[in-house]
Amino acid sequence: MCLAVPFKIISIDGNDAVGEYEGIFRKIRVDFIKSLDIGDYVMVHAGFAIEKLDEKQALLDIEAFKELEEAFR
Amino acid sequence: MSLACENGILKYLFEKDGIRINFMEVCGTHTHAIARAGIKALLPDNIRLISGPGCPVCVTAQETIDAYLTLSERDDVIIATYGDMIRVPGSERGDNLARRRALGSRVAVVYSPVDAVDIAANNPDKTVVFLGVGFETTAPGTAASIGIAKERNVHNYCVYSMLKRVEPALRALLDSPDFDISGFIVPGHVAAIIGERGFDFLASEYKKPSVITGFEPEDIMGSIYSLIKQIRSGRAELENKYERLVKKEGNIAAIDAIEKYLYVRDDVWRGFSNISKAGFGIKEEYSDFDAEKRFDIKTVLKPAPAGCLCGEIIKGRKEPLDCRLFGCICTPEDPIGPCMVSGEGACSAAFKYRSLI
Ligand code: SF4
Repeated sequence: MCLAVPFKIISIDGNDAVGEYEGIFRKIRVDFIKSLDIGDYVMVHAGFAIEKLDEKQALLDIEAFKELEEAFR
Repeated sequence: MSLACENGILKYLFEKDGIRINFMEVCGTHTHAIARAGIKALLPDNIRLISGPGCPVCVTAQETIDAYLTLSERDDVIIATYGDMIRVPGSERGDNLARRRALGSRVAVVYSPVDAVDIAANNPDKTVVFLGVGFETTAPGTAASIGIAKERNVHNYCVYSMLKRVEPALRALLDSPDFDISGFIVPGHVAAIIGERGFDFLASEYKKPSVITGFEPEDIMGSIYSLIKQIRSGRAELENKYERLVKKEGNIAAIDAIEKYLYVRDDVWRGFSNISKAGFGIKEEYSDFDAEKRFDIKTVLKPAPAGCLCGEIIKGRKEPLDCRLFGCICTPEDPIGPCMVSGEGACSAAFKYRSLI
């Protein structure tokens, strides 16, 4: 449950957003993120974005989290 | 980090003087990342990585598990939970939410507390009880779900708070006699919420070198390298190697959500008994959304499963392979304790990657 995953923001509607990770789309709450734009990356934990990530780092994190996801399977 | 660089780190580690050094990681995701990358096997014998209380499911007290299992018997209740909790054993052998569901209880697996609010909105004749397990990373979203339910007029939603605070548990460990840990690999996602300053006490008060780090094998190797460098130069500092996510002050909006809906209370952790200020309860003004109040939940002290060392493993005093039940009587298919069930548990990691230990 504690596995946080980096998502790319696809759409935003108030505190509700849709994020994409590896072709998977998910509803995300963005209550805790200030000034969010479409295309930004956020680290998501249990459905809530907990922090913004810069794009370069997010792409590296996505690689690492793909491996970790495998580990949690 | 290049392989040459990793080799450089290993060389540095091997060249040190051979005294025994134990480091503790306090995050289940780190535990699994370490096991998966075979990092323990890469380290020289005198450097050991020991798992601490980093798995929220594992630290949940047996009596709390029994309490929600009892609650699941009610016809008017739907239990909404993260998947990790489904097979956590009750004190009666074989009892868990999966078995309860097979026997007719309503149990829904959710990814987020907001999903549980949706289930409540769609089932107005039932009360949805969300099992709010987790540390500070999970607390803001769980707290916010109360506000979301209130705003949407979903009054058949409530949270059974099992939320825990990491700092008091670490202090309890650090204050205990013979605690033999020289440095900490700090949980990156807890730190993302409470900030670097939330872990300052490790270095400033307890003089333990500590590194906030990410989850790639290179991040973890880098943090071990930094910890050893600190020890060699006689320093005890909190280093933030996860700056891409962890800010000095943490996530203020998330902390505000915690403070709005939750209050700090004493809490029982598996293996520890009661720890002062180590948990979060739901504030009085939101008691309609508090399962403990709504169902007058009273917990009855329960012993841990016979032979299970989870309580000691959580405290870093034992390791999974010290348990006589590991891998023979206790397996992921038929777990005896929570550390074998949760995706973040130390026994689960040790079992899955036993060839790499
Ligand atoms: S192997 Fe099973 S019984 Fe032993 S400590 Fe781990 S979870 Fe408990």
